[in-house]
Amino acid sequence: MAIADVTVTAGMPLASRRRKVLRRMLRNPLAITGLVVLGIAVLLAVFAPWIAPHEPTETHLDLAFAPPGTPGYLLGTDDLGRDVLSRIMFGLRASLHVGLLAVATSLVVGIPLGLMAGYFRAIDALISRFTDLVLAFPFLILAVGLAAIRGASLGNAAIAIGIAQIPGVIRIVRSETLRLKSLDFVSAAIVEGAGDPWVLGRHILPNAASVIIVQATVAIPAAILGEAVLSFLGLGIQPPAPSLGTMLSDAQQFAARAPWAAVMPGLAIMLLTLAFNIVGDSLRDALDPKASRR
Amino acid sequence: MTSGPVLKVTDLSVTFRTEDGPLSAVDRVSLEVGDGEVLAVVGESGCGKSVTAMSLAGLLPRSATVDGSVQLDGVELIGADKRTLRSIRGREVAYIFQEPMTSLNPVFTVGRQIGEVLQVHIGLSRQAARRRAVELLKLVGIPSAERRVDDYPHQLSGGMRQRVMIAMAVACDPKVLIADEPTTALDVTIQAGILDVLRALRERLGTSVVLITHDLGVVADLADRVAVMYAGRVVETADVHELFARPQHPYTSGLLAASPSAGRHAGTHRLNEIPGLVPVLASQPDACTFADRCPQALDTCSAKQPALESGSHRVACWNPVRQPVEV
Repeated sequence: MAIADVTVTAGMPLASRRRKVLRRMLRNPLAITGLVVLGIAVLLAVFAPWIAPHEPTETHLDLAFAPPGTPGYLLGTDDLGRDVLSRIMFGLRASLHVGLLAVATSLVVGIPLGLMAGYFRAIDALISRFTDLVLAFPFLILAVGLAAIRGASLGNAAIAIGIAQIPGVIRIVRSETLRLKSLDFVSAAIVEGAGDPWVLGRHILPNAASVIIVQATVAIPAAILGEAVLSFLGLGIQPPAPSLGTMLSDAQQFAARAPWAAVMPGLAIMLLTLAFNIVGDSLRDALDPKASRR
Repeated sequence: MTSGPVLKVTDLSVTFRTEDGPLSAVDRVSLEVGDGEVLAVVGESGCGKSVTAMSLAGLLPRSATVDGSVQLDGVELIGADKRTLRSIRGREVAYIFQEPMTSLNPVFTVGRQIGEVLQVHIGLSRQAARRRAVELLKLVGIPSAERRVDDYPHQLSGGMRQRVMIAMAVACDPKVLIADEPTTALDVTIQAGILDVLRALRERLGTSVVLITHDLGVVADLADRVAVMYAGRVVETADVHELFARPQHPYTSGLLAASPSAGRHAGTHRLNEIPGLVPVLASQPDACTFADRCPQALDTCSAKQPALESGSHRVACWNPVRQPVEV
């Protein structure tokens, strides 16, 4: 009967899709670089209290503006003699915290709304107008408003950023749902007697996952940069606690005298953003089902 | 064909609301499928056969208005509430799609997809569902089913996927299987295998099949009875041998003359085509819709719609072909 079918794939190991995606990512040197940078960032952030050479808020006025390479202060110190390396480690914590919390907020709200907008035509217009409404609010006004109501804090900054990112998530999930809805396997599920929640949860969401993952990896660095903006305006993390964004903005006043205090956190933001984008990009390539046949 | 028909379609009409006003796709179609019978619905593209099939499964978009009656074992499906439909779908009526490349969910293994149908409808446990999935894969002729059950759809060829679709469709032992051009997207050699599977299922499970196709070879291979559709109407219905030997509607005889037959006339014989296209109808006129393309149309043909005669070989024509045509 289907002899040809057997010989084509007989030698192929029955690798699961997930393992295959991982393997394909590990074959891409750029992806490995991105993953390594991300891994280091996460490790530094998680273990900052134990491995940081100094307290992030500990001041040594006698050692202010020490250049990089000073013994005990590898990346130098800022205007108050605080260790830049230690502050970057703790700053990474704040930045990753904001990035993940903001994106989690936008996904938790955006995914269900996007699914419903794409699947049920009746409420599509309602949800789409809501996204237009959120988009019409300038992001900073939204953040200032939220800070005025709930107080300025890192968590509120993250939520404001998350709210600003909801429309993007809704639109991406909605368009993906519209595409998937028209495919035969969704009709097949319906004629097998599946209800709407089952179709959405088992057939549409898993297939939209790759798009959502990629969107998330792009949204995290955007949130980290957003936090820098908000903290610069005093709406995010409160001094003296460090975040990469506040370090960068504080160091601007004395950038001519101690450029390292601005360059180092800037470099950290850049590397983190780049790593997230690279990982997101290669994840998208690895998840592409058309490429998986090769 | 023991007791009454399993599936009884009476005066089914489907009208689509379009920007240019209503469009009649199916006009008072009546079909009957007996127990274990294979009914083929044939016709050109655009004649309403797929719309008929979709309305049987309740898959039509909301812009469609469906009238008439579809009874499955005496249960009315047209206008039935969502719960009734859900309990019938999958269990009593199953559907096989034309395009096997897109009709399986790419992110789950085939075993899981078949298993889920069983878990939800019959309430099997996970392990039992998996065992049954392997059995079903064997039933549809998938080699080394124990291994294949853990494959993802993209690891299977088109023919294998279509077999998986069939396995999924018959998982709950439905009374009626609606196959909408199940072999159109496949190679000829794979087609034969799929037809073998459908035939074997009918024999082993006694499933009735509604086979939607434009391929008369498939019809001759599998069907017991044939309904020929043209422009949304059934124009002729008869036993398969009877229809092939003595087509009465000029459209049917045209279709037969337009299909190649191996051996005879090979190389010397040009296939006859039916001139013109299936009309797109805003509304069904009170006339024979085939009159414009018919080689033997009379004046009556464009004045009054012919009704299906009663009997076992039914034809809706004012001037039927009485001579056996040369194929």
